Amino acid sequence: MFKALMSQVRTIWTILQHSFTRAETVQYPEQKPYLAPRYRGRIVLTKDPDGEERCVACNLCAVACPVDCIALQQGVKEDGRWYPEFFRINFSRCIMCGMCEEACPTNAIQLTPDFEMCEYNRSSMVYEKEHLQIEGTGKYHDYNFYRVAGLAITGKDKGQAENEATPIDVKSLLP
Amino acid sequence: MPTIRIDGVEYEMEAGKNLLESCLSLGLDLPYFCWHPAMGSVGACRQCAVVQYLTDEDEQSGRGRIVMGCMTPVTDGAIFSLDGDRAKGFRESVVESLMLNHPHDCPVCAEGGECHLQDMTVMVGHRDRVYRGQKNTHRNQYLGPLINHEMNRCITCYRCTRYYKDYAGGTDLAALASHDHVYFGRHQEGVLESEFAGNLVEVCPTGVFTDKTLVNDYTRKWDLQSAPSVCTGCAVGCNTVPGERYGRLKRVHNRFNAEVNGYFLCDRGRFGANFVNNDERLESPGLRNQTGSYDPVDHHHALQVMAEACSGARVAGIGSPRASVEANYLLRNLVGEDNFSPGFNDREHKLVNLALELQQASSAVTPDIRSIESADVILILGEDLTNTAPRLALALRQSVRNKAFEMAADLRLESWQDAAVRNLAQDQLSPLFIAATGSTRLADVAEENITLAPQNIARLGAAVAASISGHAGEDLEPEIAGHVEAISTALRAAKRPLIISGTSCGNAEVMQTAADVAEALCQSGQQTMLTLTVPEANSLGQAMLAGPDSPSLGKLAADGNFDVLVILENDLYHRAPEPEVERLLATADTVIVLDGLDNRTTSAASLVLPAASFAETEGTLVSLEGRAQRHYPVFAPKGERRPAWVWLLACSKELGLSTAADLHHFDDITRDCAANIADLAGITGAAPDHHFRNAGVKIPRQPHRYSGRTAMRADISVHEPKQPVDEESPLAFTMEGLNRSQPGSLLPFVWAPGWNSNQSLHRFQSEVGGPLRGGTAGMRLLGPGQAKESGPRENPPAFSPTQGQWQLVPRYRIFGSEELSALSLGVAELCEDGYIEIRADDALGLEVGEGDGLNLNDGLATLEVKINNSIAAGCIGYAAGHSGTANLTPGENISLQKAQGWKRRRPQLIGSDRSTEIGSGND
Repeated sequence: MFKALMSQVRTIWTILQHSFTRAETVQYPEQKPYLAPRYRGRIVLTKDPDGEERCVACNLCAVACPVDCIALQQGVKEDGRWYPEFFRINFSRCIMCGMCEEACPTNAIQLTPDFEMCEYNRSSMVYEKEHLQIEGTGKYHDYNFYRVAGLAITGKDKGQAENEATPIDVKSLLP
Repeated sequence: MPTIRIDGVEYEMEAGKNLLESCLSLGLDLPYFCWHPAMGSVGACRQCAVVQYLTDEDEQSGRGRIVMGCMTPVTDGAIFSLDGDRAKGFRESVVESLMLNHPHDCPVCAEGGECHLQDMTVMVGHRDRVYRGQKNTHRNQYLGPLINHEMNRCITCYRCTRYYKDYAGGTDLAALASHDHVYFGRHQEGVLESEFAGNLVEVCPTGVFTDKTLVNDYTRKWDLQSAPSVCTGCAVGCNTVPGERYGRLKRVHNRFNAEVNGYFLCDRGRFGANFVNNDERLESPGLRNQTGSYDPVDHHHALQVMAEACSGARVAGIGSPRASVEANYLLRNLVGEDNFSPGFNDREHKLVNLALELQQASSAVTPDIRSIESADVILILGEDLTNTAPRLALALRQSVRNKAFEMAADLRLESWQDAAVRNLAQDQLSPLFIAATGSTRLADVAEENITLAPQNIARLGAAVAASISGHAGEDLEPEIAGHVEAISTALRAAKRPLIISGTSCGNAEVMQTAADVAEALCQSGQQTMLTLTVPEANSLGQAMLAGPDSPSLGKLAADGNFDVLVILENDLYHRAPEPEVERLLATADTVIVLDGLDNRTTSAASLVLPAASFAETEGTLVSLEGRAQRHYPVFAPKGERRPAWVWLLACSKELGLSTAADLHHFDDITRDCAANIADLAGITGAAPDHHFRNAGVKIPRQPHRYSGRTAMRADISVHEPKQPVDEESPLAFTMEGLNRSQPGSLLPFVWAPGWNSNQSLHRFQSEVGGPLRGGTAGMRLLGPGQAKESGPRENPPAFSPTQGQWQLVPRYRIFGSEELSALSLGVAELCEDGYIEIRADDALGLEVGEGDGLNLNDGLATLEVKINNSIAAGCIGYAAGHSGTANLTPGENISLQKAQGWKRRRPQLIGSDRSTEIGSGND
């Protein structure tokens, strides 16, 4: 009986104590909470440090997407780069799981700490490439896929990628 | 049957196989690169290493030796370990060293996702690159508009050269340089010469050779919607798997059929289906207005117009050998048997019907391609197979190796010991005799290449037949007589002789004498095979449907007084001389054309209906061996396009035809056709009907990883529609269902866990290289016939050239001679304009050289000259099927004059120019 009473008192005391602690609740939307850069919000397509499109249209994000909300078509630029002719994310289907970012071999697709995507019209949630593409490098500043890949593009010949030897002269008789 | 033990489990194996293929047949995962089921073993890549133990004690103590699975025959009592640490460690280190120089390319590689190297790397468990040295790099070569070269990705398994040189007989792809400088390419950049180069795309285990049209409009394998299809490029009927995404046909891959194409296609088949994406495709029905242009109308209106025109009128129908049996059958019912033309021109009509009749009547067997590969002596009369029925030519390149296999068998050498068998035989080949109107692309493997005019080819055939059956031949021209003895001796000594002829040289006597030779061999008790080629995918089916008494185009034009002419998928201007077509079209008041692509015939119509292409409709085609095969729609036709059979069935119903009353599904048409046409009674066996379910469910056209379903159409509407329902077949336009163990005619793609590449095929085969688990696709409609009793036939008359006159002989090209493939991306670049081939001495007499123009018969045609000294004397060759040659008829005698005002396409080369050109090419 006494034990039960003490429990009631302790509870009231604890609640009273909370009256003097700092409130965690913020006055959203007037006040914005801090979100870590790794927060999984709206998806963007980034550019490499040289300002070129990072996406090579490899389709790995699309296949990794559990709700199949990414569709794209590959094309080849004149300089030899692969790029997406169109790149569409249907955010009305997206569950912000971040699997696309994990699958992306070029750090092109990234999730950002922006979750404020409210629309009255679902079709406004369909983002095309021009809505997704940003000018910067996003979270990963240094990576440039074509500096590592073996594919030659204008400005980077065979043998000029990182860790590559100069092209072999097949007509040479030297050992 | 030998019993072997693998990791403690005993298996009964088939004798005469190697350990690798036996393991794969058992469903065990053993990685490999250089071995290929069609090309045998060389033990080059060291990837299929296993540990072999001599005794049980050795196995327990782990004292074994590493052997290569592909080089180890299965012997009774042998003990192996696949999973032992040593074997696994060895295999992992092999992949690790193969990956040393492999570039970081997978995201931008067209092989990614269906890459054998990716699969094998995952299978052995190699993950982290330890080597820190630099990667070797190579420069790529331009190999033509069809194949992309990315040499950095090579793992030097040598499959490409083994396929290209050893299997397909190509000469311009080789391994260059040595050690880790090895390079696979041409001596200089240029288009790959072999007609079968496209198979490199599937043979290469990684992304060195990829499909260029696919690379430029790429979709991963997991995103392709595919369906079992049949190639419409020629009459061979190779099985294919076209893949689609976003309404465009992206690529064509081989679909294994043990009796037809096996593992390989020709380049026309692989790259020639892209016409489906052509801009000239018709979008909606068009009704011609007063001004002569076309108003687009919807399909209801178009059908009403068609039905009104046909109702109560005299209607004639022109079918097409490139349309399906069912569409032609419906047209035949619509217009009546007597008014239905199969759509052949006069000569083709005679020849195709003769080919069918000869095969039905011959006691020789009409072989499938696998049987052709077993032939030990071959006689070809009047065919350049590589350009008319290409896949047969690739098969013949294997049959001439039977000599090598015989020699190997004598030494008890296994036939899969590829390097040993080739080394043993060197250049010894089974005899192949070719008599043609000029050089052929099989000349390099032929024992004798005989160049004769068509009439003389027939005389040679007749003389060989007479010699075999022991009749004394009459006196022959020396150019013929010299060959008869050798050919007939070889044929008499053969175990499985094969005679090949066909319609392509345009001479009925040639085919007739080929059948006579086969008959003579049968009479002497030999197991003889007879193949007669026909021009198009369904030529034989058309002959079976319409019969020899049906009107040809010329006859229809002559008879004709029709109100309405309905033309089904047939560009008449491509098929028959222009005046004849004009006459034919003028006989009718109303011309209604169903076709997929805009052409001259559709432009002459008053009503045009857009027909779905082969990739958008189902249909049955009868191949040259009389195999009825079903193709299925890969994707639903866009907009107002409808399959031809849908248009015709709807029109028949609109007209209230009693024949169409009970037809609701595609299968009903097939069944009705089989019931009414005796020759086509077997076509229902070509594929299961639409009620078939695979373990209770449909068969998916999409792999289970098909991506983007909720975004593909989101730009149009966010409300995703239901996937189209396929009511006509057991296949579904979804990823739901079961793609396993179904009949071979229903295999839309191959994939197995851990096997993403096309090498997963062995999981669908009853054994490696054997038929598919669910049975081989297609139904043979031709059995061995009953020979009619006939005495020795009269010898065909000899060819006698007249001064100032030349006989036209058709010459074919794999790219250009076929109408639709020539409109495909890439292939179009390789097609030439029409030309004539003429001997140098004739050219000298006419004062023309290479690149000049020649007038044929004062304006029949004007064509560019090519010098070809292999053309039979007194003949000139013309590029059949090419632009500007529709008016030419094989066998016609024509006069030639130098064309005035002819513009050369390239400046004429003189000696010094030529040397600079060669010099610059070497850079």
